[in-house]
Amino acid sequence: MFDVAIIGAGVSGSALAYELSRFHLDVVVLEKENDVALGASRANTAIVHGGYDPSPDTLMGRFNVDGARMCMELVDRLDVEFRKTGSLIVAFDEEDMKEVRVLYDRGLRNGVPSMEILDGKEVCRREPNLSKEIIGALWVPESGVINPWEFTLALMEVAVREGVELRLCEKVISLKKRDEGYLVETERGMYTARYVVNATGVHSDEVHNMVAEQAFNIHPTRGQYYLLDRSIGEVVKSVIFQCPSPLGKGVLVSPTIHYNTLVGPDSEVIEDCENTSTTREALDDIARQAKRSVPSLQLGSNIRNFAGVRANSDYGDFYIKMSAPHFLDIAAIKSPGLTCAPRIATYAIELLREAGLDFKEKEAWDGTRRVVRFKEIPEEEREVFIREHPLYGRVICRCETITEGEIVEAIHRPITPVSLDGIKRRAGTGMGRCQSGFCGPRVQEILARETGKAPEDILQDKEGSHILIGDTKEGRV
Amino acid sequence: MARQDYELIVIGAGPAGLAAALSAKEHGLSRILVLERDTELGGILNQCIHNGFGLHYFNEELTGPEYAGRFIDQLDGSGIEIVCDTMVIRLENSDDWRIVHAMSVEKGYQRLKCRAVILAMGCRERTRFAIQIPGSRPAGIFNAGTAQRYVNIEGKMVGRRVIILGSGDIGLIMARRMTLEGAKVLACVELLPYSGGLNRNIVQCLHDFDIPLYLSHTITNIEGKKRVQRVTVQQVDENRRPIPGTEMYYDVDTVLLSVGLIPENELSSEAGVKIDRRTSGPFVYENLETSEKGIFACGNVLHVHDLVDYVTEESQAAGKAAAAFVLGDAPADSGHVIEIKTEPTVSYTVPQTVRVNEVERSLRIFLRVNKIWEETSYIVFRDGDNVIARFKRDYMAPGEMENANIPRVLLDRVKGNTLRVLIEEA
Repeated sequence: MFDVAIIGAGVSGSALAYELSRFHLDVVVLEKENDVALGASRANTAIVHGGYDPSPDTLMGRFNVDGARMCMELVDRLDVEFRKTGSLIVAFDEEDMKEVRVLYDRGLRNGVPSMEILDGKEVCRREPNLSKEIIGALWVPESGVINPWEFTLALMEVAVREGVELRLCEKVISLKKRDEGYLVETERGMYTARYVVNATGVHSDEVHNMVAEQAFNIHPTRGQYYLLDRSIGEVVKSVIFQCPSPLGKGVLVSPTIHYNTLVGPDSEVIEDCENTSTTREALDDIARQAKRSVPSLQLGSNIRNFAGVRANSDYGDFYIKMSAPHFLDIAAIKSPGLTCAPRIATYAIELLREAGLDFKEKEAWDGTRRVVRFKEIPEEEREVFIREHPLYGRVICRCETITEGEIVEAIHRPITPVSLDGIKRRAGTGMGRCQSGFCGPRVQEILARETGKAPEDILQDKEGSHILIGDTKEGRV
Repeated sequence: MARQDYELIVIGAGPAGLAAALSAKEHGLSRILVLERDTELGGILNQCIHNGFGLHYFNEELTGPEYAGRFIDQLDGSGIEIVCDTMVIRLENSDDWRIVHAMSVEKGYQRLKCRAVILAMGCRERTRFAIQIPGSRPAGIFNAGTAQRYVNIEGKMVGRRVIILGSGDIGLIMARRMTLEGAKVLACVELLPYSGGLNRNIVQCLHDFDIPLYLSHTITNIEGKKRVQRVTVQQVDENRRPIPGTEMYYDVDTVLLSVGLIPENELSSEAGVKIDRRTSGPFVYENLETSEKGIFACGNVLHVHDLVDYVTEESQAAGKAAAAFVLGDAPADSGHVIEIKTEPTVSYTVPQTVRVNEVERSLRIFLRVNKIWEETSYIVFRDGDNVIARFKRDYMAPGEMENANIPRVLLDRVKGNTLRVLIEEA
């Protein structure tokens, strides 16, 4: 019997697994997909938010500033790509300026440090590509851009290394109360655990309803994005938000950790919470809205469109509580869920402790992780580094300069990838302008070789996403 | 000069790099290094196992690997140094020297000094996202060239029921290839009102296998969660916008994209080489030298060719010019410089700038028209209103690169600094 079963390996579940790995506890994480971070944690705006937006009387408002600070500490400890860019919430007219002042006041109440209200001239000086119609903005320096799937993976990799069991492709279908805890039934087997944590994102209402009275409903909300090529240069230095209006938050234009430009999202409530398709109408609309902030935006330099589904709900806040004996909901985690994840994890531990779970710290616990990124090695050290680690001398992904050494290292980390996208999330291959046209077959070959599989068994992404269907007539001989 | 120093480094050992290196050798250079990122020489030709290569240059019909082999064989005993499995990741340029940053498992990180560089890195395929096809993102969507590699090099099949978007040559070739391997190719769909591929490929790869070609159509949606399940095809209007009500649905497991090739010039741009937006390749002078002194370009990194035979000729010219540069016959920037301006009927020319004094007997100008000309018409070069040269053509299409050879004596008649090129009806 496990002490704790966490259902869901998104950023919430992974952050909790990381924190729980500090203690003498038997923890299992049950994830329905074949890898970590396959839901909203991989398809979002990739921002550590400043904390001016959520209302102070919500958990979101209470956790955001702490969460952001904790994220910024964790990215160092876990060697996760992050850059403190700051954010600008821009105003086009006096109505917007009123909103900027509202956000400023709310930020003060949430404890957001060092905010400033800027005039149009100053905004223009800092961000020359922004619309000349902008008359002012809120400047929030303590915010930035992060690699969200790497963050999630790093948290879970350390958790697994420190003793947490991660079981992939284990979709939970029922939860039954037993004297000492729960019987957790998945599509493939049974688990027993004294405590169960529901961290299932867009499915968190379904899992909640397995053991408790209905308390909230998830309204899956899809957001679509463009990712633009680095070749267009630095469009903006900081994250550019428009003022939230009755029509919604508006689309943002943001740099990414890899100096691409991210544009989006829209906001559309959909029925199927796994529907991450993009649509022409939404993409056109996002383009129109984004050009209001950056009139010269070159959407023709698009290298990827994607969509993520947020776990928005009718509850209006994160739903984090012991909803049944020994059953903790970390549910309805929407924006700023990524930013808040570390703080949610420590809050969850408080709740579990109150509910009777015993926490004994391990004497030896290592909460750190290090990754080699060839691109970051200074030119004068590269010669020696490759001599000592020859596989780092072979570039596989030419657009992003990712070497075979980085791919092999990623494969042999605590969570073994099974797909090209799994390597992409770990090593960054295929993230560039050719979208793995060149490196795809080679990455596939390396992954097959290193994991002792046939190339046909290497997937594109989730279970069943086969790239190859077999041999050619000649290849069969 | 230290032993490490080269007269010439050629980046890429596809058809362009090989021909350029051999030509530079022939024109007097002895210390030549060719760097290739793949483990084999020959570049993209290795996966082009169909025939039709070499009709112009060798007067023979060869397969891609055979064509490459003709040049690889000449390397034996040539003294040209070849290093495979090596990636060039940076290029520095100063007045006298070029420094090539190359890395490999075997030799580690190297800074290689040379007098001249020839860029011959080829091109990459445009992706589904570059043309923004909406829908889901399942497995089964391939660039045609990637699929060609899987089928022809790895011996792996990529799908059973296939639709092809784009009627570029690779797409057409793959329609036939997939059919021969037992797949069902349901249609080839082209956004433009004409095909961008060679006429012979449309006949031999589509018509001969009863594969329909839908012009002025495009894919407007892709469905399927794990693997492609269905695509929507729609007719487009003259502004290339889908026409509602024209939807056709195809149950397929595979989409192959042949929607254009883009010269790969990130390395060149970082070295300061100016890029022409029309070709996505470097601006070049008559001798294929780029805006950066000592850096030359040829093959698909310069502009996308449809016939390898012309790549060979162009690359030989680049090799010759690089040799002349190294041996001290560098063109002076003085003298009469003419810029070739394209009029709306012509989408680009290579070269874009001509130093008249450097042209020996004649100058061959490559160009593409931007629509189909079915009636007899002329490629006309004008200096103001004066016709400098006129070339008669019975048929021209954007998918088939044109060239015009202008004698030096005619270039000498140009008085201004621009030469306009346009197509005029007979």
